[in-house]
Amino acid sequence: MPSVAFKQYSDDVSLLVLLLDTNPLFWSNTSITFSQFLSHVLAFLNAVLGLNQLNQVIVIATGYSSCDYIYDSSLTSNHGNFERSGTGMPPLFASLLKKLEDFVTKDEELSREEGHEDRTPSCLLSGSLSMALCYIQRVFRSGHLHPQPRILCLQGSPDGPEQYVAVMNSIFSAQRLMVPIDSCYIGVQNSAFLQQASYITGGVHHTPKQLDGLFQYLTTIFATDLHSRGFVQLPKPIGVDFRASCFCHKKTIDMGYICSVCLSIFCEHHKKCSTCGSVFGQSKLDEASSVSDKKRKAPHT
Amino acid sequence: MAGEQVENRGVKYKSSIKDPGTPGFLRINEVMLLFVPNDPKSDSKLKLQTKNIKSHKNTKEGSSKPPWLHLTTYQGRNHIFEFENYPDMHTCRDFVAVLIKSDEEPKKAAVSTSTEQLSIKEFELRFKLLKENSELQRLHKQFVESKVLTEDEFWATRKKLLGRDSIRKSKQQLGLKSMMVSGNKPSTDGRTNRVTFNLTPEIIFQIFAEKPAVRQAFINYVPSKMTEKDFWTKYFRAEYLYSTKNTAVAAAEAAEDEELAVFLKPDEILARETRQKIRRVDPTLDMEADEGDDYSHLMDHGIQRDGTMDVVEPQNDQFKRSLLQDLNRHAAVVLEGRSIDVDSEDTRVVAEALTRVKQVSKADGETTKDANQERLERMSRVAGMEDLQAPQNFPLAPLSIKDPRDYFESQQGNVVNVPRGAKGLKRNVHEAYGLLKESIVEIRATGLSDPLIKPEVSFEVFSSLTRTISTAKNIIGKNPRESFLDRLPKSNKDEVLHHWTSIQELLRHFWSSYPITTPYLHTKVGKLKDAMSNTYSKLDAMKESVQSDLRHQVSLLVRPMQQALDAAFQHYDADLQRRTAKSNGGERPNGYV
Repeated sequence: MPSVAFKQYSDDVSLLVLLLDTNPLFWSNTSITFSQFLSHVLAFLNAVLGLNQLNQVIVIATGYSSCDYIYDSSLTSNHGNFERSGTGMPPLFASLLKKLEDFVTKDEELSREEGHEDRTPSCLLSGSLSMALCYIQRVFRSGHLHPQPRILCLQGSPDGPEQYVAVMNSIFSAQRLMVPIDSCYIGVQNSAFLQQASYITGGVHHTPKQLDGLFQYLTTIFATDLHSRGFVQLPKPIGVDFRASCFCHKKTIDMGYICSVCLSIFCEHHKKCSTCGSVFGQSKLDEASSVSDKKRKAPHT
Repeated sequence: MAGEQVENRGVKYKSSIKDPGTPGFLRINEVMLLFVPNDPKSDSKLKLQTKNIKSHKNTKEGSSKPPWLHLTTYQGRNHIFEFENYPDMHTCRDFVAVLIKSDEEPKKAAVSTSTEQLSIKEFELRFKLLKENSELQRLHKQFVESKVLTEDEFWATRKKLLGRDSIRKSKQQLGLKSMMVSGNKPSTDGRTNRVTFNLTPEIIFQIFAEKPAVRQAFINYVPSKMTEKDFWTKYFRAEYLYSTKNTAVAAAEAAEDEELAVFLKPDEILARETRQKIRRVDPTLDMEADEGDDYSHLMDHGIQRDGTMDVVEPQNDQFKRSLLQDLNRHAAVVLEGRSIDVDSEDTRVVAEALTRVKQVSKADGETTKDANQERLERMSRVAGMEDLQAPQNFPLAPLSIKDPRDYFESQQGNVVNVPRGAKGLKRNVHEAYGLLKESIVEIRATGLSDPLIKPEVSFEVFSSLTRTISTAKNIIGKNPRESFLDRLPKSNKDEVLHHWTSIQELLRHFWSSYPITTPYLHTKVGKLKDAMSNTYSKLDAMKESVQSDLRHQVSLLVRPMQQALDAAFQHYDADLQRRTAKSNGGERPNGYV
């Protein structure tokens, strides 16, 4: 009955989209093993689902060459009695793990197919962010009674500067949709993308120091729904790394050239913008050097 | 220079390079350039004013080309003259060069005086802006008075402020009174049988604006036939006659006095104007003019000025005037507004100015045959019905929609990376995937780890989080919107903000002066650099002076400013080094073999 459903919809119903980093290159050399990590994460998901009867959780795996939906708590097929493969695994997550395994196999095949590519050992964050936003958009259009969505990005791989443009586009879309992107970075270096994402969309960014207490971090910081964040103090980062990467070489730069038409960033002077095709005027530096060259030629002839 | 000129007989004038050239005679003096062809029948005679010549080019003596002198004018036209030999061409060219230079100088002087003249009004504007905006004033005092920046440079970046103000300052035009002053009732003196009318310049203006026939009569009769006083006396007699509604008397007097008749009959000029307006009405849609505009011939109710109705014989019809006509005419004039700005007391001046304006507007409105034709065409175009027209096949340009994946893939192709052995990477990846799959199998088998998390670890996490959040609260503030700046004491906050704006201003001028091409820019950059070092040391001093508990935050705030200044200094030093290296470029350093 619609009235009952309305009564059940309180302010703190949330839809959590979890972007899980399954980049094998990262997981092959970390202090925490993937299975320990998974157990923290699965317990956290269980806790989120327990907070409110109407909460929903979506899990998207971010692989090395591909991304895919792994788990959707709103599908009823999960609640059935799945094959009991082990002793301790709750049936709720058995399908999640099965799908994860299939995904990893597929991802491996894909990475083998596309051959070796000299790229940073990053995960495909832009892909999974786009998939998350598409799902959220579908939820928005399903009716006016829907949970409040947010995205949680659990990542350890470093940023891939070649994904800068795509990631920024996704972040701006999330900002437009008013979907906060929380990020929990468990890697070694700092991730500029995630910091910027959380800053712009109004989410929380945190870098846990102790990885064996990951579950505690997750439940303390990232389990709060959007309504409660108004009166709960969450840790805020002191500063944000706003560096961009240039569009030509994908290096992270502090100072560079910007096209005044499309605002693309370049690290060195170009004759033409590669994004919008507008021709840049001759730089004053070129003019000055050519003029001085001419001047120098005169006394020699 | 006076009287000097260059003449040349054997010159050919070419309008373009391919043109074979018409032979003729060329004379250039300081005012004019004249070319007359030898053949009187050809029509390539050229007469230019030398001040229009913008630049000149010529072919070189040693080259195989004939001696040509190429002149370009400010209007964009090119003229090529072919001479018989090079020395002739050189004399002409030198003369033209001197003329061009001397032309430029007075232009430059004119430009600078005009900027000075402009400034008098602008000075007031600038002064007003400075008074209103204390931040601007502070900046102005700091930089312009310490001679770091000149006035012009300071205001060059603030054109928007100046421009907008000047628009606001433009005078508003006063409109006309909606009260019909021209219909003032006179004061009557029953005892002496005199009627006194009042006449002020405002009334005169209204009368002239509303009644073009009176205006025309004024111009015609005064001062040739009668004085102004007589004119107005006659006019008011006519008004009085109207007001008495005695049309018979009016007719009689009109027959006697020719001038009076002018005032008594309907306004011919007005009638002509309205007829013309009606003729020009656009049949499709024109709400401006229709039959109703011709208010002098309206079917009115016969209501007179003072509200009474009257029946009148037909032959005296022209001697009556109705309220409707007067009101409509007055309203039309008021809506048009004040068409002239003449404040003169002299009636004649006002009359002439109004006539001029009306003539101009009439000339604009006059439709010649061509204009009529054009109007008809336009009307037929506008009134065309789409479904009755032939199908128009516009040429189509094919859409070129690129595959968006190309964009992303092209971005990927430019990745610069740490090179790794291909095989090695493949093996790595394969191993890594294997490990990952093992983990998943393991957790499926064993389930979630038990205990999930050790209590000590949990406690540690809690305490560290609490510490982080509370210190962050102290530093950043309870309200996420509140910034650290608001928690500084006011004097410090103002100082920091002022430094920020002054650094912005300095940096803007600094970066815009590069690359340095003139010595003016060089000195400007030097001054700016001194000012920037000054500010830098002030920032350091401020960091020292602030309270110790705020010091860290203040230094964090100040850091980006200092970084920007450092970048500027670096650039300056690098550029200076490059310049000195270049200027020493030709010489070999000592000891070079």
